[in-house]
Amino acid sequence: MKKSLRSLLLATALVTISYSAAFAEMIYNRGNSADPESLDPHKTSTVYEAHILRDLFSGLVMQDAKANLIPGAAESWKISDDGTVYTFTLRKGATWSNGDPVTADDFVYSFRRLEDPATAAEYASMLYVVKNAQEINEKKAKPEELGVKAIDAGTLEITLKAPTPYFLEMLTHQANYPVHKASIDKLGADWIKPGNLVSNGAYTLAEFVPNDHIKLIKNPKFYEADKVKIDVVNYFPTEDRSTAVKRFAAGELDSNDDMPLEQLADLKAKFGDQIHIGPYLGTYYYAVKTDKEPWSNPKLRRAISMAIDRDFLAEKVWNNSMLPGYSMVPPGIAGYEPAIADYAEMSQIDREDEAKKILTELGYGPDKPLKLEIRYNTSENHKNTAVAIQEQLKPLGIEVTMVNTDTKTHYGYLEQKGDFDYARAGWIADYKDPETFLGISRKASGNNYSNYNSPKFEELMDKAAAAGGNPAERSKILSQAEKVLVDDLGNMPLLYYSYHNLVSPKLKGFEDNVMDVHPTRFISKE
Amino acid sequence: MLRYVFRRLLTAIPTLFVIVTISFFLIRVAPGGPFNQERGLNPFIKANLNRQFGLDEPLWMQYLNYLNNLLHGNFGPSYNLPDFTVTELFKVGLPVSIQVGISALILALIIGGILGIVAALRQNKAADYAVIATATAGSTIPTFVIAPIYQLTFATTLALVPVATWGNGALLNKIGPIVTLALPQIAIVARLMRGSMIEALRSHHIRTARALGLSDWSIIVKHALRGALLPIVSYAGPAAAALLTGSIIVETIFQIPGVGRYFVEAPLSRDYALVMGSVVVIALFTIVFNLIVDILYAVVDPRVRYD
Repeated sequence: MKKSLRSLLLATALVTISYSAAFAEMIYNRGNSADPESLDPHKTSTVYEAHILRDLFSGLVMQDAKANLIPGAAESWKISDDGTVYTFTLRKGATWSNGDPVTADDFVYSFRRLEDPATAAEYASMLYVVKNAQEINEKKAKPEELGVKAIDAGTLEITLKAPTPYFLEMLTHQANYPVHKASIDKLGADWIKPGNLVSNGAYTLAEFVPNDHIKLIKNPKFYEADKVKIDVVNYFPTEDRSTAVKRFAAGELDSNDDMPLEQLADLKAKFGDQIHIGPYLGTYYYAVKTDKEPWSNPKLRRAISMAIDRDFLAEKVWNNSMLPGYSMVPPGIAGYEPAIADYAEMSQIDREDEAKKILTELGYGPDKPLKLEIRYNTSENHKNTAVAIQEQLKPLGIEVTMVNTDTKTHYGYLEQKGDFDYARAGWIADYKDPETFLGISRKASGNNYSNYNSPKFEELMDKAAAAGGNPAERSKILSQAEKVLVDDLGNMPLLYYSYHNLVSPKLKGFEDNVMDVHPTRFISKE
Repeated sequence: MLRYVFRRLLTAIPTLFVIVTISFFLIRVAPGGPFNQERGLNPFIKANLNRQFGLDEPLWMQYLNYLNNLLHGNFGPSYNLPDFTVTELFKVGLPVSIQVGISALILALIIGGILGIVAALRQNKAADYAVIATATAGSTIPTFVIAPIYQLTFATTLALVPVATWGNGALLNKIGPIVTLALPQIAIVARLMRGSMIEALRSHHIRTARALGLSDWSIIVKHALRGALLPIVSYAGPAAAALLTGSIIVETIFQIPGVGRYFVEAPLSRDYALVMGSVVVIALFTIVFNLIVDILYAVVDPRVRYD
């Protein structure tokens, strides 16, 4: 007994000592809804790993605290007059965390690795705008033929297929970060392990225990290391949102990227302005089988869309954690005006009246009720949304049934063009450009679950791509294309996503932005 | 005895083989695949992924490859966590789950056992009713209620323990998961113990022992308890297998890196390799613990012989 008491005292003393020693360091405990799938930039796809990789690596260009484009590994760049050749001048003296210089060859190697079919990169499409990239990924060309060239150690030249005004924005995506060739050659699959991983960003990887934590420590060799304030970032996968809130309240977490939104009113009362909510670049929509009777009729699709009370969905179902949406491209992209549906301004009652009129016109009524099936993937909120829509369509004599499957089954079914009427889907921006939202409704896109096929929309999208050299003109044409899509209801937008962070007042530099991007290097803690 | 154990272990091999085969094909019946997600992949990228994981080969070929890898102790890489092999994931997770599970089991056996004996000795008296009421409550209140209440009381309000996380196995971090996991088991063990103890106390040999004038202590501990333990032993075997392989609820609420989550998450994310790894682990634990139970039978009950 005495002995155990003594060891307990000793342990307490040790904890106290290590605690006070740690006090000098600035530690940021960061809640992140899920663990990364992978820390290999070429194997990632989710926003959860994007947060971590943004701290570990530095791409040619990066995002600042407000998600604006800033120079990264490249110090400056020049764009040819026709908009197809980008020449990057790399930062002088920049090194990897092991001291090796960051060279143009590193980027050539990384971009080829991203496109190499053997890498099997989920986000290989992030460089498809580069000459031969897609061909390489589809095994129609060799990696050496990629339109990326090292002019000298400090100069990188990238040739695009066509002018792409959003190319620089695309380069901020984690799939386009560089990887360290020497360690991959030497260590193979183990290059990504803590202790092995050589990175060129503000932090290096110290520990990774799956489902427990990821510890990053400041990289003294980072080009702006003198400006980095946080010494250690601990990323905790906070799957259970209630636990995350309790940990935040107890001071175990300084921030978390999610919370139980069904309790938002209570949380707001408790945490006040520690809750950050605002528009995020994401659209919650329903895909419609546009090539199947009766949904092939745009008029009918319009009636359905008008009858749905989006304010109710946003306020009651989602507790204002979503905003009512009437366009595929959410607001918030500078220089672009989303094409809002013309009935957005009408009152809900007027909309319902018109919807009824259309339905009667099409011959639907009490003796010929319209049957509609909604498919959604498992989630309490997706279910509640579908149920609310079911209730909203009932007075119009529409009989809504629901099919719920787990996420993998749901998207597997949509991808294989299974038979359905309406199906839930969502899209979050990979880069700040309307193209990312409109591209999913294009005929050839794998994400075109609606099988939407409008020659007018296709023509305008092609025209916008051709106008790549003139951003203002391109923006206008894209907006026209979106108008066609929204009027046609090729997909039915319902809501815009919002970000919802819990942020301790001790954190400085955690700036709200539409991309919900918060690089640790710009954050400090009191 | 040794021959018996050896024979049992030998029969485990075909059992495992059947389990592996059935699960391998069952999970493939589920629609969708590991690479279906909110943002669809273009067919070429998906083909690249399938090729990398050998999913482009015919199913029977994949099955043979899997068996071959398994014989070499290779469970393959996780599809959804490609930085880790299935073996690595279990290497990190199993020790955590085993520590929490064993502690919970021992706690349940000791506390549940004592409570059960006390209740049996005071049958139909206040102490008995109190134990039965607590046991009923303990086994009906679900862990996902107990865990948050524990966190709110001891972590948020009293600030005695951390809310969650493993903390590299610090004692204070473990209390929550262990207690939460143990509570329903305590209830079950207490009820089992009470029932079998009452039965044992009424048996002829105890009456004889009493007639011989043995002390209460000797009657209860030496004679009644030994017979009363049998149902507990047969319950504890499968319970140990279940507890040691983790609980997704406790692991998610307390954010500890055990393996219980894989049994649920892997099939949902169609992570075929991880599903198979989980199945093999559970099967192995179940086989081993059933064997241990059978051996313990022989120890507790002198009538049981395996030679």
